[in-house]
Amino acid sequence: MLSAWLYIGIFTLVAVALPAIAIFLAGLLAPKKPNPIKEATYECGVETVGPTWTQLRIQYYLFALAFLIFDVESVLLYPWAVAYQQLPLFAIVEAIIFLAILLGGLFYAWRKGALNWQ
Amino acid sequence: MTAFWQDPITFLRLWLENLLLFWGVPEGWVLVIRYTIGAVLLATAALLFVILQLWLERKLIGRLQDRLGPNRVGPWGLLQPIADVLKIFTKEHITPAGADRVPFNLAPVLSVAAALMVWAVVPFSATVFGAELNVGILYLLAVGAIGEIAIILAGWSSNNKYALLGALRTVAQLISYSVPMTLSALVPVMFSGSLNLNAITRAQEVWFLFLAPLPALIFLTASVAEVGRAPFDLPEAESELVAGYSVEYSGLKFGFFYVAEFLKAFTVSLIFAVLFLGGWRGPGAEAYPVLGFVYLFLKSSAVYLLMILLRGTLPRFRIDQVMDLNWKVFTPLALLLLMIIALVDYFLRGALPLVRVMVLLGVNALAYVILDRLLSSRERLRRQPVAQPVRPVARPENLINPSETGVAS
Amino acid sequence: MSILQWVFVVTAFLTVGAAVMMVASRRMMHAALWLAVALLGVGVIFITLEASFFAIVQLLVYIGAILILIVFAIMLTQRTDESGARLNAYAWAAAGIAGLIGAILAFTMAGWIIGSTALQELGSTFDAVLPLGQALVDAEGYAVPFEVASVLLLAALIGAVYIAFERKGERP
Repeated sequence: MLSAWLYIGIFTLVAVALPAIAIFLAGLLAPKKPNPIKEATYECGVETVGPTWTQLRIQYYLFALAFLIFDVESVLLYPWAVAYQQLPLFAIVEAIIFLAILLGGLFYAWRKGALNWQ
Repeated sequence: MTAFWQDPITFLRLWLENLLLFWGVPEGWVLVIRYTIGAVLLATAALLFVILQLWLERKLIGRLQDRLGPNRVGPWGLLQPIADVLKIFTKEHITPAGADRVPFNLAPVLSVAAALMVWAVVPFSATVFGAELNVGILYLLAVGAIGEIAIILAGWSSNNKYALLGALRTVAQLISYSVPMTLSALVPVMFSGSLNLNAITRAQEVWFLFLAPLPALIFLTASVAEVGRAPFDLPEAESELVAGYSVEYSGLKFGFFYVAEFLKAFTVSLIFAVLFLGGWRGPGAEAYPVLGFVYLFLKSSAVYLLMILLRGTLPRFRIDQVMDLNWKVFTPLALLLLMIIALVDYFLRGALPLVRVMVLLGVNALAYVILDRLLSSRERLRRQPVAQPVRPVARPENLINPSETGVAS
Repeated sequence: MSILQWVFVVTAFLTVGAAVMMVASRRMMHAALWLAVALLGVGVIFITLEASFFAIVQLLVYIGAILILIVFAIMLTQRTDESGARLNAYAWAAAGIAGLIGAILAFTMAGWIIGSTALQELGSTFDAVLPLGQALVDAEGYAVPFEVASVLLLAALIGAVYIAFERKGERP
């Protein structure tokens, strides 16, 4: 198993190094004539107003939280799915209950309007 | 000993290993050298492949839109992407004022790296696979997280409101769609009893597409959304967000976001082919592993062509439609299908393969028909109210006397 | 030392360093990014322990989900003044207490006898995911915690929806 991870480690280094080297080389080739207008924030030619830090709506946070919950849930289900072929009916029904509880939660959020993007 | 023409890559690998061992290189280092060569070759091939892919996509989209597509540089415009690459290589890198330099430069690199890293675990043929990882599928999903971080980095470090908003909106879309994606990827795991991609490929006596067409459809659609391609290309909705998280990038840094997007598009086709279309499996692929490459390439190209067709055909969704489709259709559907398939497949244990395929197909078809009914009835309900309460228009008379407009705010 | 031990030492230093940088960085977003590095380091340590599943879960849940949640939470806040001092007056006292706790932990760990239970070496092809999956839903294993986890997730979802939307209901 460690040899597989060794390969992934090497591959990650290569995958980071290739674009990094390319950008570095392109930086050497490319012209470099900065001026204040060029470096100004691009907003289709309109002058920027106010700070960059725009406050987000809670919607984003809510979707991220829902994602986190379903992510944790599916992570718990992956070992179950691996063992699925050897499991008795009891264990399968158990996972179905597990899913049903979360489906209930999803419908609750739906009814409350939490899943509407405004 | 396999002959060269049966399996050239294994042949070369064994030759190299023997050569290094003969030179007296210790065994551990032979492994490291072999892996490094493999990784460099594979990553470079993937990046070069994008050049061809750019041409193919532009040509096909051109045809779909009744244009010729690139046709000036080289025969059939084949050299056009190379000319583009040369051009973008010599463009100036502009760093906007107030940008956070380290994350700003890191973002395009990480974006490409995240797209490339997927290739480390893909089984290309019966004998050639990168890492035989026992958590392969989860690795694929986890690498997607690195791409999301890259997008956040890009959007935040640019010091541009629209880049930031575009990045966060993109990430909201990506994380949402990874829910049904993760859930429907559970189905191949259930059928094969392994998270290892090679084991999943080997388990596909019958393509999982035929055992679970609806989860496959969900997975495919969610992958298109994960890549952020049309019809899910909100991240670059010019009219709303200038151009999303990559507004402030120029030169090769911008080019790499582009490359990452195209690479991801082919990568998800590859993953779909491995999970649902039997990967490298095909007649003679066991005996002649070199055929596995051909089969895998053909299958993933078919998926990729389908994605181009989708891009050329469908108009862009609105963000609320994208979110509705995910949270109100795909997620509940994926959860329900998982429950149904788990239960039905339990009672089909030991049944004849043909019976199993037929029953599972029937279940999927039934689920599809019910879904179709539900969706179309919802659609009808939604279309009925024609007169929506109108928002007061900001006319002078409304501003002076808002109560007289007769519209409650 | 073997290569694996070197990997561990380097990763451990990187992880702790990133954690320190996270606490010490001035801008909130930088803190979040250092947190990502620290979490990644923990993932690599899981890999050196050959716990692939947990390494991936670390990456998938912590970096993929919780970190993004944190970023959204940062963006949810008002812009705050980020030009203040890096450390406040209690920083050194806090560092001292943390160091003391660390030393006590290290001392306790050093005296901890692991050898009392005989450890079995697992084969190189041992796959921990399958036994984990069986144990999770086994009536004699962790079936009840498994279901309780589902209820916990449900509670989290309902709680989030409640907090975000109940106040909105007051407004007509």
